[in-house]
Amino acid sequence: MIHARGLARTFKTRRGTVEAVTGVDIDVSAGELVGFLGPNGAGKSTTLRMLTTLIVPTAGTATVAGHDLLTDAAGIRRQIGYVGQSGGAGPDCIVADELVLQGRFYGLTSARARTRATELIEQLDLVGTENRVVNTLSGGQRRRLDIAMGLMHLPTLMFLDEPSTGLDPQSRANLWDHIRSLHAEHGTTLFLTTHYLDEADALCDRILVIDTGRIVAEGTPDELKRRVSGDLVLVGAGEPARVAELAAHLPGSSDVVVDGAGVRFRVPDGAKVLPALMRELDAADIAMTSVEVRRPSLDDVFLAVTGRTLRDAETPTTPEPATAGASR
Amino acid sequence: MSVLTDTWLIFQRSMRQSLRNPFWVIIGIVQPFLYLALFGPLLIPIVQSTPGFPPGDAWQVLVPALLVQLGLFGGLFVGFAILAEFRAGVIERMRVTPVSRVALLLGRALKDTVVLLIQAVLLTVLAVPFGLRAPIGGVLVGLVLVAVLGFAMACASYALAMQVKSEEAFLPIVQAVFLPVLLLSGILLPLSLAPLWLFNLSRVNPFVYVVDATRAVFLGDLASTTALVGIAVALVLAVVTVFWGVRTFQRESA
Repeated sequence: MIHARGLARTFKTRRGTVEAVTGVDIDVSAGELVGFLGPNGAGKSTTLRMLTTLIVPTAGTATVAGHDLLTDAAGIRRQIGYVGQSGGAGPDCIVADELVLQGRFYGLTSARARTRATELIEQLDLVGTENRVVNTLSGGQRRRLDIAMGLMHLPTLMFLDEPSTGLDPQSRANLWDHIRSLHAEHGTTLFLTTHYLDEADALCDRILVIDTGRIVAEGTPDELKRRVSGDLVLVGAGEPARVAELAAHLPGSSDVVVDGAGVRFRVPDGAKVLPALMRELDAADIAMTSVEVRRPSLDDVFLAVTGRTLRDAETPTTPEPATAGASR
Repeated sequence: MSVLTDTWLIFQRSMRQSLRNPFWVIIGIVQPFLYLALFGPLLIPIVQSTPGFPPGDAWQVLVPALLVQLGLFGGLFVGFAILAEFRAGVIERMRVTPVSRVALLLGRALKDTVVLLIQAVLLTVLAVPFGLRAPIGGVLVGLVLVAVLGFAMACASYALAMQVKSEEAFLPIVQAVFLPVLLLSGILLPLSLAPLWLFNLSRVNPFVYVVDATRAVFLGDLASTTALVGIAVALVLAVVTVFWGVRTFQRESA
C-alpha cells in the first residue's frame, strides 16, 4: 500500500533551512494498521503530508495506493482518505452538506453521496447531527465527522493525523473503537500518527518511531516495550535494602535501584508481579508505605531508543511554515 | 468538465455559508449607504457651485464611485474568510481530494461577485429616492464593470491570503493598500479637482480609470474613451488576478 524510500523534506525559513524529514523508509502492506509515533516536531505530520500529496518531497520516492507520488499525485488523491489534525469540516457548514459535498468531489452522484452519507452517519454514531452546524458538535462528534468525510469514497487506505489529540478520555476510547471496527470490518489499511504510546499500543499492529526526521525504531507494540524492559514498579518501604533484595529475585526483574525512601525496579508485567511481591514483603514483615506500577510511556521507549527524554526532544517551534490550525 | 462541476459545487457551498451568516453581507452595504445618506446631501451644493467637477449632479458623481468602492473593498477583504477556513483545516482537507484547485478559487470568487452584485443593485435602487437619475443601459454596464472589478479583487484577496497564510500578515497588507487606493481613485471627491501633481500621481492607480468609466456610463457615455479605458483596465485586472490566484492554489501540491 505504501512504499517509501528516502523521503525527505527541507523547509526554507527566515532562520535558514530546516530539515524536517531527513530520509524515511516506510513499508505498509494492505490491511495493516500502522502507527507513526514521535514527539511534536519529529516530522510525523510532514511525512504524512508528503504521503497525502499535500507537500512535495525534496528527495526520495514513494508509491502510495499503487500510484507514484511524484508523477501521479492525482491518482493517489482519488484513492486515499485523510483526516487532518485540525479536522476539515467547515465550522459554519451543515454536517450533511459537508458529507455530501465531499462525496461529490470524488465523483459520486448526488444521490449516491446522500446514501453514503446516511450510511456513515449511522456507522459513526452521528445520527441526529445531520442538520446541525458543525461547530455545535462535541469534540468527539467532530472527529467522527472528519473520519466520515474521509470515508465517503470507500478508500482502501486512510491516513489519520493525531486522531485523538484534544479529546477527553471517553471520546478517545470511543474513537478507538470506531477505528478498530473500521479496520476489522472493511480491511482498510490505516496509517496514523500520534504522540501517545497508549494509542499506538491500543490500535496498531506495527509502530514506527520517528525522531528528528528519521525512523529510529520499528516493531510491534510489545517488541518496543520489551526494549524498555517493561513496567516500572516503585515501592516505598521502611527497609529499602531488604525490599531491593526481594525485588531482585522476582522473575524478570532488572534495574533494581534504591532511591531515597524506596525502591525502583523494572519488570515485564508489573500488575502480575505485585501480588507476589506484597505477599513476600508481608511474610518478611517489612512495612510497605506505598506502591506504584507505571506502564512504559513514549518517554520510556524514546529514552531507551534515542538516549534522550521526550521533553528534550520536543522542539519549541514547528519547522513547517504556518500549518492549518496546528495547535501545539 | 470537472473544473466547471467543482466550481459550481464550491460556489454552492460558499453561497450557503453566506446565506447562513448574512451579517457580513449586510455590513458590506451599510457603509456605502451611509456615504449616500450622510455625505451625498453635502455634495449637492458643492457640485452645483464648484467648477472642476465632472459632468453630472451630486448623485451622478457619487453613486458610481460608491459602487466601485463596494466592488473594490468588498472584494479586498474576502481573504479573511478563506483564512478562517484554512485554520479550520478545510482547505487542506479539500486539497487531498481530487477537487480542481482552480475551482477552490473560482467557486468562492464567483460567490463574492454574486453577493456584490446584489449589494450594488440594492445601493443603486436606494439612491433613486435620494435623486439619482441614470440611463438603464449605463447602469447595467456600470454594474457589470463593478462586478468584474469585484471578481478581480476577490481573486487577488484569496491569492494574497493563501500566500501569507495568517491574519496577522494579511491585515496590515490590506490596510496599507486600502487608504492610498481610496484617496487616489477619486471616489470621495473626483480628481478633476486636484492640483496637477496629485492628478498625475493618481494616473498610476488602475482603479481611478474604473471610477471614471463608471461615472461616464452612468451619464450614458458608453462608447467614450473614458468608458472603454476603464472597461479594459477592469478586464486586465481580472485576467492578472485570476492567473495569480490559480497559480497560488496550484502551488505546494504535487
